Amino acid sequence: MAGRAEPVSPWPGIGAALVVAVLILGTLAAVAVRAEAGPGFGPSDWAALRFTVTQAVLSAVLSVGLAVPVARALARRRFRGRRLLIALLGAPFILPVIVAILGLLEVFGRAGWISTALGWVGMEPIRIYGLHGVVLAHVFFNLPLATRLLLQGWQEIPAERFRLAAQLGANGFAIWRLLEAPMLRRTVPGALAVVFAICLTSFAVALTLGGGPRATTIELAIYQAFRFDFDLGRAALLSGVQLALTAAAAAVALRAASGEGFGSGLDRAIRRWDGHSTMARWLDGLWIIVAAGFLLMPLAAIVLAGLPGVIQMPAIVLRAAATSVGVAAVSTLLLLAMALPMAAAVALGRGQAIEMAGILGLAASPLVIGTGLFIVIHPYADPFDFALPVTALVNAVMALPFALRILVPAARSVVERYGKLGLSLDMGGNAFFWRVMLPRMRAQIGFAAGLAAALSMGDLGVIALFADPELATLPLQIYRLMGAYRMEAAAGAALLLLCLSMGAFWVLDRGGRWHAET
Amino acid sequence: MLKLDCCRITNGGFELSADLEVQTGARVAVIGPSGAGKTTLVEAIAGFTPVSEGRILCDGRDLTTEHPGKRPISMLFQDGNLFPHLSVAQNVGLGIRPNLRLSAQEQARVSAAIDRVGLAGLSDRKPAALSGGQQSRVALARVLVQRRAILLLDEPFAALGPALKTEMLDLVAELTQETGATMLMVSHDPSDAQRIADHVILVAEGHAHPPAPTEAFLNDPPPALRAYLGEAFTAS
Repeated sequence: MAGRAEPVSPWPGIGAALVVAVLILGTLAAVAVRAEAGPGFGPSDWAALRFTVTQAVLSAVLSVGLAVPVARALARRRFRGRRLLIALLGAPFILPVIVAILGLLEVFGRAGWISTALGWVGMEPIRIYGLHGVVLAHVFFNLPLATRLLLQGWQEIPAERFRLAAQLGANGFAIWRLLEAPMLRRTVPGALAVVFAICLTSFAVALTLGGGPRATTIELAIYQAFRFDFDLGRAALLSGVQLALTAAAAAVALRAASGEGFGSGLDRAIRRWDGHSTMARWLDGLWIIVAAGFLLMPLAAIVLAGLPGVIQMPAIVLRAAATSVGVAAVSTLLLLAMALPMAAAVALGRGQAIEMAGILGLAASPLVIGTGLFIVIHPYADPFDFALPVTALVNAVMALPFALRILVPAARSVVERYGKLGLSLDMGGNAFFWRVMLPRMRAQIGFAAGLAAALSMGDLGVIALFADPELATLPLQIYRLMGAYRMEAAAGAALLLLCLSMGAFWVLDRGGRWHAET
Repeated sequence: MLKLDCCRITNGGFELSADLEVQTGARVAVIGPSGAGKTTLVEAIAGFTPVSEGRILCDGRDLTTEHPGKRPISMLFQDGNLFPHLSVAQNVGLGIRPNLRLSAQEQARVSAAIDRVGLAGLSDRKPAALSGGQQSRVALARVLVQRRAILLLDEPFAALGPALKTEMLDLVAELTQETGATMLMVSHDPSDAQRIADHVILVAEGHAHPPAPTEAFLNDPPPALRAYLGEAFTAS
């Protein structure tokens, strides 16, 4: 037989992968061509590079370091609300950064809860801007992720091992040495690498909490070079540095990390016989309460602060919200149009190259793609006219790696289970794709679409680069309100954005699982 | 007539040779030790495993490089023979038109087939709402509407209890008798062969032997089969 018979055609997926690769590498090339101009890497650029790496290292070490006791406590305690808390650990992934930052400001800011409390006992308010503010926000986002990654490690220790350990009379430290420490040696490096890579591309956090010569990330420096100085050469040079940095970090993270923290069944409780001492109970309880408080307080703060603002939402906020919904919808459709054929092609075993194209999105930074697109569009048209389509497209490319991680296993199992049947019924690629693959993958498609919609809704990246004063998505509008010190309006808009993001995720994810036969 | 002409089938590191003919309308059991290549043989005939040497012919037509769906073959797999999200009628209808755009006449054929396998009135059910035996019947109804010359069974009833399995085998025998289709059935159980097969293909030691009449074959098994069956069966 000449070629292997395949139940669906891999070509649409290969085409989509090519489009993604051209988009990412093409914009990079456009950037590289412009990068030669300019005086080279100046002292402020070195400072940005140093700050980027320093904050990413600190954020990774703190997030993962704190995640160890929290995950351990969650792994061995059963309590009311445990399921909900673990589900909530997944929420920061789709929580709009700007919303979280407003929440953190409400709690940790100059006029926040903690500073106010300190004022009562005559102490100075805490300062949140600068390195520690950036790290605080990154820990807020990545502590839950790290906890989920480590919890997955704990869940993967076979229950029989705990039974055996209990049989042998091992407790506390012995269990730690026998079972938990070896598991952590395997999982912690991966978790560190993932958090480090995520924090390297931090833009919105640095934009709001950093800034100034001593707290500027490279992403932020690209934005400033572009937006304030319109120095395309310097923006391009910085983009090149950023890409090298993220590509290296993403390569390390992919190698080191096996799980992705999306795994289901994390709420499953494994029966354990250790940790019954009062001291262990108290410590575990304390960790869970502190972690939950750290995660929930900013969310509660944004709800409390936002409620008064909701009543009289400025028209400009409502317009921005409508824009955001539109961008998110287009972005989600674009994502599915790319991710579904790509997942099908990967499932057929045309993996390597296509998965690489999908992963490129992890290494590329939105601002680099944005800069590149600007350079490409500039000679022909006014790039600012393309702000919204570019935002939708870049958001889709950014969501692609996550969508592929969700869709590929499902596509694989459909091809494995039904590929031969489809072939023997002579279904043809189209019929198999629409009649079998899509219906069988409904739950995963809904989940991926929900993530994409929420991520796009809350994104504050490329749009900041491209938008003119007349135009804004909701996150950008919130940022502008903050800049104008209209904090109440900003909080109200943030609450709206929170509801829109979570709502979009919930609707799509539920829609996928609605009446799904398995 | 199905003919495997000096075929060499390679599947990973595994190699199987076959040079044999099966008469039209025959009911053949493919038996042999597990791992000997029974599934490899039927998958090569169905077109899922490539043939590296030789040709596969059906009534003189060369199938060797044909797409699996274009061969005059219907096949039932060990599992996953039905799509869980499609109704009984849709699962059967796939056998006529894979895009499910059926004319009224074709729909009538679908319901006739569903009635024939004893599932009248269950057309709109989803597979999850059927018992294991009923699910097998749906797959057989699809085979009926496919009207292909050859039916390959790769132990599709293995998960059923003994009574249900015999019931299904009998139904298969009836249906192939009605349609005149040639049947090849993979089995590890010689009593299956005794029940419905008139011939047996022994697959052992990298070779698929030509079909031999069932009775004679089981009464005087060749050494390779004797080793597989063990004393208990040969004594009886």
